Amino acid sequence: MTQIPTRIAAWFAAKGWSIHPHQQEMFDRAQDPASLLIAPTGGGKTMAGFLPSLVELADGGHKGLHTIYVSPLKALAADIKRNLRTPVDEIGLPIRIEDRTGDTSATQKKRQRADPPHILLTTPESLALLTSYEDAPRMFDGVQRVVVDEIHALAESKRGDQLMLALARLQHLCPDMRRVGLSATVEDPAAIARFLARHPDPCRIIQADPGPDPDISMLETQEMPPWSGGGAAYAIPAVLDQIRQHKTTLIFHNTRAQAEIFFHNIWLANDEGLPIGIHHGSLDRQQRERVEAAMVRGDLRAIVCTGSLDLGIDWGDVDLVIQIGAPKNVKRLVQRIGRANHRYNAPSKALLVPANRFEVVECVAALEAAKAHELDGESRGSGPRDVLCQHILIAAAAGPFNANTLFTEMTSAGPYAQLTRTEFDACLEFCATGGYALRAYDRWQRLQQRPDGLWQLRDPRAAQRIRMNLGTIQDTDTLKVRLKRNRGGKPLGEVEETFAASLTPGDTFLIGGQIVRYEGLREMVVEVSRRADKKPKIATFSGTKFATSTQLSERILHMFAQPDWPQLPSHTAEWLALQRDMSHLPQRDRLLIESFPNDGRENLCVYGFAGRNAQQTLGLLLTKRMEETGLAPLGFVATDYATLIWGLDEVTDPRPLFQLGALRDGLDKWLAGNAVMKRTFRASATIAGLIERNIGGQRKNGRQATFSSDILYDTLLKYDPNHLLMQITREEAMRGLVDFGRIEAMVARIGDRIDLLRLDRVSPLAAPLFLEVGKVPVKGAAEERLLAEESARLLQVAGLQPM
Amino acid sequence: MNGVDFSFADQHLCALASGALWWPDLKLLCVSDLHLGKSERMARRGAPALPPYDNHDTLNRLAVDLERTKAEMVVCLGDSFDDLDASITLESCEKMQISSLQAGRRWIWIEGNHDPGPIELGGTHLSEWTCGPLVFRHIAQAGGQSEVSGHYHPKASVRIKGRSITRPAFLLDCNRLILPAYGTYTGGLRSSDPALSNLMETGAMAILTGSQPQIIPMPRRV
Repeated sequence: MTQIPTRIAAWFAAKGWSIHPHQQEMFDRAQDPASLLIAPTGGGKTMAGFLPSLVELADGGHKGLHTIYVSPLKALAADIKRNLRTPVDEIGLPIRIEDRTGDTSATQKKRQRADPPHILLTTPESLALLTSYEDAPRMFDGVQRVVVDEIHALAESKRGDQLMLALARLQHLCPDMRRVGLSATVEDPAAIARFLARHPDPCRIIQADPGPDPDISMLETQEMPPWSGGGAAYAIPAVLDQIRQHKTTLIFHNTRAQAEIFFHNIWLANDEGLPIGIHHGSLDRQQRERVEAAMVRGDLRAIVCTGSLDLGIDWGDVDLVIQIGAPKNVKRLVQRIGRANHRYNAPSKALLVPANRFEVVECVAALEAAKAHELDGESRGSGPRDVLCQHILIAAAAGPFNANTLFTEMTSAGPYAQLTRTEFDACLEFCATGGYALRAYDRWQRLQQRPDGLWQLRDPRAAQRIRMNLGTIQDTDTLKVRLKRNRGGKPLGEVEETFAASLTPGDTFLIGGQIVRYEGLREMVVEVSRRADKKPKIATFSGTKFATSTQLSERILHMFAQPDWPQLPSHTAEWLALQRDMSHLPQRDRLLIESFPNDGRENLCVYGFAGRNAQQTLGLLLTKRMEETGLAPLGFVATDYATLIWGLDEVTDPRPLFQLGALRDGLDKWLAGNAVMKRTFRASATIAGLIERNIGGQRKNGRQATFSSDILYDTLLKYDPNHLLMQITREEAMRGLVDFGRIEAMVARIGDRIDLLRLDRVSPLAAPLFLEVGKVPVKGAAEERLLAEESARLLQVAGLQPM
Repeated sequence: MNGVDFSFADQHLCALASGALWWPDLKLLCVSDLHLGKSERMARRGAPALPPYDNHDTLNRLAVDLERTKAEMVVCLGDSFDDLDASITLESCEKMQISSLQAGRRWIWIEGNHDPGPIELGGTHLSEWTCGPLVFRHIAQAGGQSEVSGHYHPKASVRIKGRSITRPAFLLDCNRLILPAYGTYTGGLRSSDPALSNLMETGAMAILTGSQPQIIPMPRRV
């Protein structure tokens, strides 16, 4: 077994550090083909991952790239570079360390390909891009180790699937390459180990001491949280108080919009001018970097942030984490709390701030679950085939390939270990010809098989197009926001295109904590001017949706069954009592449905407490029946607890909606026409390479220059419903839904134990649902009725006769 | 007929739900911007191979409109083909389908910016065509009168009770009528875009296509 060289050991000793047991174990196991370290934040994960590389590189004998480090965040790669430089410089090791992300300059990138560093820090997308070049074998020659940081976060998304395919490629180029995964605490380490390892290699799991339980509680406030709302403005004085009492506080929000509103409000109340910053993914890069730098220098007392700071960036002395809004799932809560107090073996301190009364209930349930060490999560199933299609194109961009070799390589990636040859061939066919039932474009095939059997791009220039459209992150299309000046003012950040489309000049909104006025759209840039107003006219742009775990739902239902609620603050207990009084509290063996008018529409709230996927499916099924029975539904939104449906007519009898036979009848057709499917198709078609987001460096304006992906979807549905992309769309959509069989079973179990209550207004429990994101429109008879009424109204207003 | 009847240049016209214009007195059906051959042209240029069913779908919808109206005359208002090569590379079954639609009818192809020259298919090829009081051309001209055109692929959006409804639309004022694109693989330009807002007179109307077409004052930028 290798020993840690004396000068490295001496450096540790000089710092007064001893090597943690899990760091030693990782070092001892450094020759294993794959290992996974599970450690809490602050557990010295990075050093555990890099120590073997530092030792192997210490004698200066290795030429070229030795270790590739992959992290989900650009900022994290930059941060690790800083943290790694310190020991390398202080010990005087002959190691070159560089990062490579979307932010790296073109010159630097070109140089790195010709003369790679010893340690390259990068992201999954940049790594996939590197494997797409013809010179990849030369650049990656001799790579010994790959370290995947925050692998628990990557394993939840298609970015991780893409990374594992890229690693399979690398492994093919460098057979000796060893893999290391670094993960926060997760519920199923074995699943992540299978994800990481070259199939069927074993992967040892090394568990660090999880450390003491975090010190976590609810923030006590003078003010009461509101019935609904997500801003938590009521808690601002109490939060400021906490900031004053701590060195550095991180204030996490579930969405960017909430972070913006909170930041705005805290500045209005920040009379003593405490240095507080904001950081989220929609902000301009320079703005983010400025905040990051201030944080490293210790200039900030607090940062209002979102998931962009979620992952283990090691900045300054954070001694308190505040979570605004219910944490939605226990795992995320525990990982966020890990951000506070980076000293190993000292408890982290965290405070939860519910934004409304329902969230008080959720927070209490989450606290109980965290104390019980119950982590939640769902397994993801096998790797999606849209990512596979993209990877075939990437392979083609790198040069001619043999289909058998590529298949063998891909099935060595954990997520694709179960892939069949038939499935692979369908993907290859799609990449080559489009894979349509109607043979077309034979002359224009994208990939062609040469006489020697290898596949290659018909037009080598296509490689550039493939590289430009690489990646699996499906942001909604966003537009840059700039201050209006003669020659392009300061960039402020980005907003969703749909939000920009809803603005008219004069509208004010929040970005980067300041209020700006919308001036106009110029060449796909939103131009704004600064305003000194106190309140923005339009509060927010839309945010991300998190699903609460079913496990929390169970705890909440359990709580509802209590006669009273001593564990809840009195205001929340009173609020639940009011719900019980005005309507009912949902029960496990009955189905509560509330019907009430609100804002000119009729609403139906169905409390199934079945988890978001099941409630989403229920929304699809119930709107189908409402459309069929002429109740003119307009849309629905699902949470983990309930489905809220709005439409034009009042539901007076729920029984026809729940008739099993009718639910099943024509379901395929209804589902196929739904917005959920169209959204899913758009994402998968983009990843699989049917839709190009980037053409010649310019992201195309999805609205005017081209036609919508919905048209492609409708066309395939009509003429080629079993096309590969339609199969993928159905598979991917089902990840957000549940088997209809499960809903049928639920409906059968409930039987006639359905309580439909007619209320004259929204109930306490239903109020928070109106703020949910992820609304699904239903495009049926209601839309035609609305349009006809609006036409009549507008003509009358204009003094015109209907024609 | 499922459409909105209106009067333009003293003529009785009907905007059909499908996006075609029907002139009952002349038994004339007018469609604009068919963009036949779009998917083939994109594949030819190295873009991904889109589902190759667009020609079939566009021609099928046209066949339905012809069947319903029993039109005796057809005017295609330009950009009927995505480019001139596309008119040559049509599949033989598609050429036959066009021929069968043309049988027993007068057929006029107006030139567009995508198809600015003669094509091999039957029918009359014209840069523009005057019929009674109406002028048919591809792109609206400054100072145009009683002009029927296409080119812009207009669409219009209305916000009703928190929902935004967007549909391809006819735009209509006292001087001109602009048709929505009829081809399956076509997008649209909002009526609020300066290119259209500046073109259309005050008091312009929009007729939204869809299963029940509706007329509204043309939405403009506030």
